[in-house]
Amino acid sequence: MSALPMIAGALIAAPLPVAAINWHSLFFLLFASVSCGFAVAVVAADNVVRMAFYLVLSLGATAGLFFLAGAEFLGAMQLMIYVGGTLVLLVFGVMLTAQAPLVAIKGSGRDRVLAGIVGVALLALLLQAAFSVKPWRAPAAGVVAEPAATPIGMSLVGVRVDEPAVGAPAANKRPGYMLPFEIVSIHLLVVLVGAAYLARAKRRKVPRAIEVAASVEPPASVAEHASIGRERHRSGSVLAGGRP
Amino acid sequence: MAEFLINTVRLPAWLAWSVTAGVAAALILNVIAGGALVFIWAERKIAGRIQDRLGPTRTGGKFGWLQSLADGLKLLAKEDLMPDGADGMLFRLAPYVSFCASFCAFIALPFAFDFIGQRMNVGVFFVIAVLGIEVFGVILAGYASASKWSLFGAMREAAQVVSYEVPLGMCVVVPVMLAGSMDLVTIAEKQAGWLTNWYLFHDPFTFVIFWVYVTCAVASVNRAPFDLAEAESELVAGFHTEYSGLRWSYFFMAEYGSMFLVSALAALLFLGGWNGPVPVASLLGLSEGTGDTASYFVRLLGMANLLGKASLGVLIMMWIRWTLPRLRIDQVMMTCLKYCTPLAAAMFLGAMLWQIALPGGLVPGLRRPAGEIREGWLPGPGGAFKVRSADVGKVVQVSP
Repeated sequence: MSALPMIAGALIAAPLPVAAINWHSLFFLLFASVSCGFAVAVVAADNVVRMAFYLVLSLGATAGLFFLAGAEFLGAMQLMIYVGGTLVLLVFGVMLTAQAPLVAIKGSGRDRVLAGIVGVALLALLLQAAFSVKPWRAPAAGVVAEPAATPIGMSLVGVRVDEPAVGAPAANKRPGYMLPFEIVSIHLLVVLVGAAYLARAKRRKVPRAIEVAASVEPPASVAEHASIGRERHRSGSVLAGGRP
Repeated sequence: MAEFLINTVRLPAWLAWSVTAGVAAALILNVIAGGALVFIWAERKIAGRIQDRLGPTRTGGKFGWLQSLADGLKLLAKEDLMPDGADGMLFRLAPYVSFCASFCAFIALPFAFDFIGQRMNVGVFFVIAVLGIEVFGVILAGYASASKWSLFGAMREAAQVVSYEVPLGMCVVVPVMLAGSMDLVTIAEKQAGWLTNWYLFHDPFTFVIFWVYVTCAVASVNRAPFDLAEAESELVAGFHTEYSGLRWSYFFMAEYGSMFLVSALAALLFLGGWNGPVPVASLLGLSEGTGDTASYFVRLLGMANLLGKASLGVLIMMWIRWTLPRLRIDQVMMTCLKYCTPLAAAMFLGAMLWQIALPGGLVPGLRRPAGEIREGWLPGPGGAFKVRSADVGKVVQVSP
């Protein structure tokens, strides 16, 4: 057994280039490229279910990025909400509308150009926003670096935990993301209410055949049996605008 | 183990970590695959006994214990078929998606103190989140098979799993609340000691919610009486109708893996985790956290405890499967929406009120106060952001 470490040591004795690799960066690149690659695949694919599958992989790789950054709660949240919830619902929608024009989506050239313009504009905006955030530094002395969501929450209201608060008030003088976040939430709420309104079954104007039949005076043999339901029959006939 | 490889064997760090990760992955894989072999044999024997017959008797001696191996060889030798109209890529990938989800959830599952793939401070949440992805493989399989039976099975499974995630999450929240942590290791540690320290016996509400958890867990892994996704009498074989050979066996390994996982989760959350009903180790004066040889034996004992509890859970699931008839889809939904969800919500409230009213339990001497003091809340240098809170106040005043 003692020979094993020696053999292993001799095998590894030569300085290999792999030892110099920054593994954190490598895994970051791996997850980031998987995420971006499958995000492009979502756009490029024309089958809805395949799109959903690529989206799962892309979002899952994003969760991997969060885990790599030590934000385990955020990563699990990403898995739960995006990968788990949204995509199951997406597949639900796909299956309920699994008809030929929806299964294979082929956009026209004009659509592609429009989508390209919108996409590039959004990307420019996001890149500008992302690079305008000052890079995070190691926490200042006296702050316990605990992996918690508190720094994220604090920076959401405009207070960066990692920056010295006393010396440079100007650096900390930013509005934070609370207002945009709230606007987005309200927007989502409006969308939900709107979707519920659109999806709600419209009130029926034309009476169904069975209601018309029910509004006809019942035969004598059924008359006493229907005495309880007579009130309903009458109201039904009034609503339907039929004969009394 | 990585430290041992670096310091004693003198491997470079990258190789040591890779070897450690490989060993951990191989161990977890063997828990799933080996467990599936044993459980499939057990399932056949239990089914036989419950139906008043013997089950497998010939393959491998008197008890037929080589039956699963023979089944595995048969599956390996089977032809790998794919329907004509199938979506080839998704059809081939779907079994792996299911299996990977089941496998990934095991990463955060502790088998004993420190016997864990990757300790996470949100372990419970991670396991539940990853377990929910397993259904995606089933949906892909159902869609890609280009078969009505498969599509029906997948739709049923999706409806069922999505709705049962709600009460399941509520059940899981209660032990998290009692322990004050989402870390599975911490939750199990809080239940150390005698049987009475288990969260199952913490208060009447947790006792009830354990049975709600059992119902939801059986439903979320699609076992009978909730096996609508593969209802043999209606849908041929449901979502895996078109699968054969090794791909089909991946679905089965995923299913048995998930069964074991939810049972182990039940053991960790409610049944004391790796702490046995009688604290043998601490009665002998041994501790699991010291790191010497004796502590390893204590951990091994704990692992045997946890595996035993989880296997017992799987056996109970089999017992349920061969006893109860399959529910209709409306009954499945009714069980979830009318019984499990309100019950879980009420029990959650009750457990919370109980914790406020009787923080020490009914009989104070019987139970040590667990989960009352949380490290992060203590004032002083231990508190997370106590030091900064004064500065934060200043900044808020400066900002307009």
